[in-house]
Amino acid sequence: MPNHGAYPLRSLEDLQAVAELGRQRISPAQPKIMIGMATCGQAAGATEVLEAVREVVAQDKLPYVVSETGCIGWCSQEPLLDICIPGRPRVTYGRVTPARARQIIRALPEPKPQWALATMPGDENTLTGYYTSYLAGEDTPLRGVKSYRDLPLFKRQLRIVMRNCGLIDPASFEEYIARGGYTALWQALRTQTPQQVVDGVTKSGIRGRGGAGFPTGRKWQTVREAPGSPKYVICNADEGDPGAYMDRGVLEGDPHSVLEGMTIGAYAMGASEGIIYVREEYPLAVARMKDAIRQSEVAGLLGANIFGSGFGFTVRVVTGAGAFVCGEETALIRSIEGKVGEPQQRPPYPAVRGLNGKPTCINNVETWANVPVIIARGGEWFASIGTPGSKGTKVFSLVGNIENTALIEVPMGTTLAEIVYEIGGGIPGNRECKAIQTGGPSGGCIPASKFNLPVDYDSLTAAGSIMGSGGMIVMDDHTCMVDIAKYFLGFLEDESCGKCFSCREGTQRLKEIVQRISEGHGVDEDLVLLEELSWMVREVSLCGLGQTAANPVLSTLRYFREEYLEHIHHQRCPAKVCRQLITFAIDPVTCNGCGACVQVCSGKAILGEKNKLHTIEQAHCTKCGACMDICKFDAVTVN
Amino acid sequence: MPQSELGQIEPLLQEFDNTRANLIPILQQIQATCSYLPQEALRRVARKLQVPLSDVYQVATFYRCFSLKPRGKHLVQVCLGTACHVRGGQKVLERTQVETGVDAAGTSADMQFTVEAVRCLGCCGLAPVMRVDKTTFAHVEQTKVRGLLTRYRPRKPATSEAEKTPAVPAESTLVHGGDHA
Amino acid sequence: MPTLTMNGITVEVERGTTLLEAAQFLGLPIPTLCHEDGLAPYGGCRLCVVEVVNGAKKSLQSSCTYPALDGLQVFTHSARVEKARRLLVELYVATCPQSKRIQDLASAMGVRQVRYDAKHEHCIQCGLCVRMCEQQMMAGAIGFSGRGLHREVTRPFDTTSDTCRQCGACLYICPVCELRCAGPDAESTLCNGCLNISTACFQTYDNAMCSLDPCHACEIDGPFRADVRVKLQPQIEFPVLAKK
Repeated sequence: MPNHGAYPLRSLEDLQAVAELGRQRISPAQPKIMIGMATCGQAAGATEVLEAVREVVAQDKLPYVVSETGCIGWCSQEPLLDICIPGRPRVTYGRVTPARARQIIRALPEPKPQWALATMPGDENTLTGYYTSYLAGEDTPLRGVKSYRDLPLFKRQLRIVMRNCGLIDPASFEEYIARGGYTALWQALRTQTPQQVVDGVTKSGIRGRGGAGFPTGRKWQTVREAPGSPKYVICNADEGDPGAYMDRGVLEGDPHSVLEGMTIGAYAMGASEGIIYVREEYPLAVARMKDAIRQSEVAGLLGANIFGSGFGFTVRVVTGAGAFVCGEETALIRSIEGKVGEPQQRPPYPAVRGLNGKPTCINNVETWANVPVIIARGGEWFASIGTPGSKGTKVFSLVGNIENTALIEVPMGTTLAEIVYEIGGGIPGNRECKAIQTGGPSGGCIPASKFNLPVDYDSLTAAGSIMGSGGMIVMDDHTCMVDIAKYFLGFLEDESCGKCFSCREGTQRLKEIVQRISEGHGVDEDLVLLEELSWMVREVSLCGLGQTAANPVLSTLRYFREEYLEHIHHQRCPAKVCRQLITFAIDPVTCNGCGACVQVCSGKAILGEKNKLHTIEQAHCTKCGACMDICKFDAVTVN
Repeated sequence: MPQSELGQIEPLLQEFDNTRANLIPILQQIQATCSYLPQEALRRVARKLQVPLSDVYQVATFYRCFSLKPRGKHLVQVCLGTACHVRGGQKVLERTQVETGVDAAGTSADMQFTVEAVRCLGCCGLAPVMRVDKTTFAHVEQTKVRGLLTRYRPRKPATSEAEKTPAVPAESTLVHGGDHA
Repeated sequence: MPTLTMNGITVEVERGTTLLEAAQFLGLPIPTLCHEDGLAPYGGCRLCVVEVVNGAKKSLQSSCTYPALDGLQVFTHSARVEKARRLLVELYVATCPQSKRIQDLASAMGVRQVRYDAKHEHCIQCGLCVRMCEQQMMAGAIGFSGRGLHREVTRPFDTTSDTCRQCGACLYICPVCELRCAGPDAESTLCNGCLNISTACFQTYDNAMCSLDPCHACEIDGPFRADVRVKLQPQIEFPVLAKK
């Protein structure tokens, strides 16, 4: 990071100067090419696209700026490439291959609308409203290309947490400031007392975004009042819920928003040290965060005497070592202390006795990222969004069997139907939506018939699931609910720390019973036993993991009991998933003997020569379904 | 434990203070350097930090990123997150195990591959997902696994072996983009 | 000093007291498998759960680890607690049916069925031996390894430990390595009568030199004992059991 001579930043004017530099980076005078380089983008091939773009620009000596950006959340269209030409709308291209990228670059300034996905108002990037609404801003349309404001995926979104994701270069401190970053910190440190900051957060009504939904203001107040020094603030980025990746999105796309939130929180609570606990599966997030910390230290926004206020704060990154249970706050603390992640009895709560026995405030990534906005725009503004019990917005990862797999941020209270059918665009392949799984392994499955449910903490809990960290996995009618219950129990029996007998043994036994049912050996009494055992595991276990471990079973039993009964009474799996209950066969009429299935069969169970009818030898069939996946003629059937 | 590994570990241990909180970072460093945690290394860590060996052993076996056995040259992580599960992650895992020929402990006899299931790599939008070393692959279907692993296999002169394992159809070697079923 | 009520009795305790200690002070019997005086509370067996009313929240908490806080209302044997304990003990019997201590608990609580397949584990991971070794013997020779279903008590690397002095304290404190009576029908998961206080053993085996403590199982009558061939001695007083 170049030193602009203004460091350390001491005043609002200093910030403004950096913001001006940032604005020039965001909207340079030359055309700018942006590539989404979050982990998901890279997995989809963004690295190769970036290389190709750099190559073309260098080869042809083009006067273009090439920049990386985070994830805008349009996962199904990755890798994404954006072209920003001064005075024109930003144009987004999806599923870009290196070859296509070269074509697009070489065609500039002609925008190639036939390949474009959408356009975004050019000034959106530099707005500093502390949120992103795709409905704002003037748009100059590109013929035949929809604007973000008209796309169902984006138009309902209100982005507070993800306000900068996909709009700025996450490695650029200046661009973050250009979008209003660190003014909230200045405001808090120089114009408010710590108690005023806590009051602002309390007034906002924000509840913890990590899953349990504890009121953040109340937690801060407790830590603030708790005796002991030093105090710690921790950012919980051990995003372990399978199917949830919003924390990764924020850490990779806008790391400074988390840092700013933590610094404000530390000031409010009188903490002097911060720790960001990131899971090791997110190497890019770790790197981005460490970079951001270094930049802030250079700029004097971390360290001693921030903004000349006398307040000092340091942050370090701790990498997790791979344990789902460490998302539980007491286990997380144990892990930072170098011990195994076994949850501890609460009370005493970490707010009173946490890391090294000192008062500790643990909040989730999303919660921290909300803080600067709450300070900048005021608690009342934040509280005006959402429902009476759940304020603000929530980021959801919409994945599974859905048309638009995406990271979305919507106001609390948006219904599941709106999320799945409008924003998510429904289920691909004309299939029927069966259920949505929320809250990870601690959550539950909500059936399609309940989709008018508004998404907030209390409604989801009442429906037998939880908000959790915000993963939403959409399941179509090819998903077996018994199999899903078995899947989560397999997850939990492995990820339970194993200390409580009820959780360790309970999850194993639950899985044993569900497994038996999935194999067609279940009896009616098994369902009673499942319910009783689930009840016991929930009541008796110590931590959140154990107490919610039975939720996947209980919720599927509650809404999909007939499916269990079908397995028990008729040894039939309606979704045709449970391997012991299905058989594959080749339709003699449709099979043209292409031989693709013979080659791919994992059990060498398919017989037949080229151009002759193939048959499956059932005794050797492993039921992997590879033949069905590869067959282009739909000749493989399952029953 | 080979002398060379010991030689790498000693200077590494010097970098850390003798506080308990450093236990996991130290183990992570050893794991990154040796690709596993050698027994002797754990003993030295215990002595350095003045922690019972049983504690170090417990930590080393509790967390998933540590391995007490040497890992193969390439670490193949197949994601079994929920999104990957509903899109066939389990089948991808099984297919990967078959293709690499790993044993129950997850490592192939030629030490080329270690296959493990992981709980969510956070790329659920691109499910099913698989990570080989540091590269993440999107939309991995079971029929694509063989083609995908080819580049990680040791190069061999063309033998009859190659004929026996027929190539998967061309499009299945496509890793990126394209097929968004 | 915190003042709380237990089963309606008001009790004042010192700061730092646990609910289990408070209950023991009042003479309320709370079953446990992982608690031993002189060792740090652990909270792993979950048998000692009690119902805690803290403000608007009612929950089950392990009494050995939960602090006795001011204003708590505690119920040590409420219906919810009893039901949970009974289901828990059923699971314990299925895991470790050869343990006399667990069979005794099952009998005393009126567990009348075991609906799981028996596992015959040798360990319930109560952690007593680990804590004994570390906290009383200052050896730290054994510990846990793994997590979840792979968790077990081991020596590091499964080899002879340098720090183990073979004092045997771990064996001494283990709650499940005392075998149940191998009387008739010992094959079944749930002990249907360790018959050492009746004459059954003597009817079956001439030299049944049984020295085990009387089992609770033998003191209870009921429909689940239909297969017991021996009539119980009439002078035995039956403990009161909740009949459902």
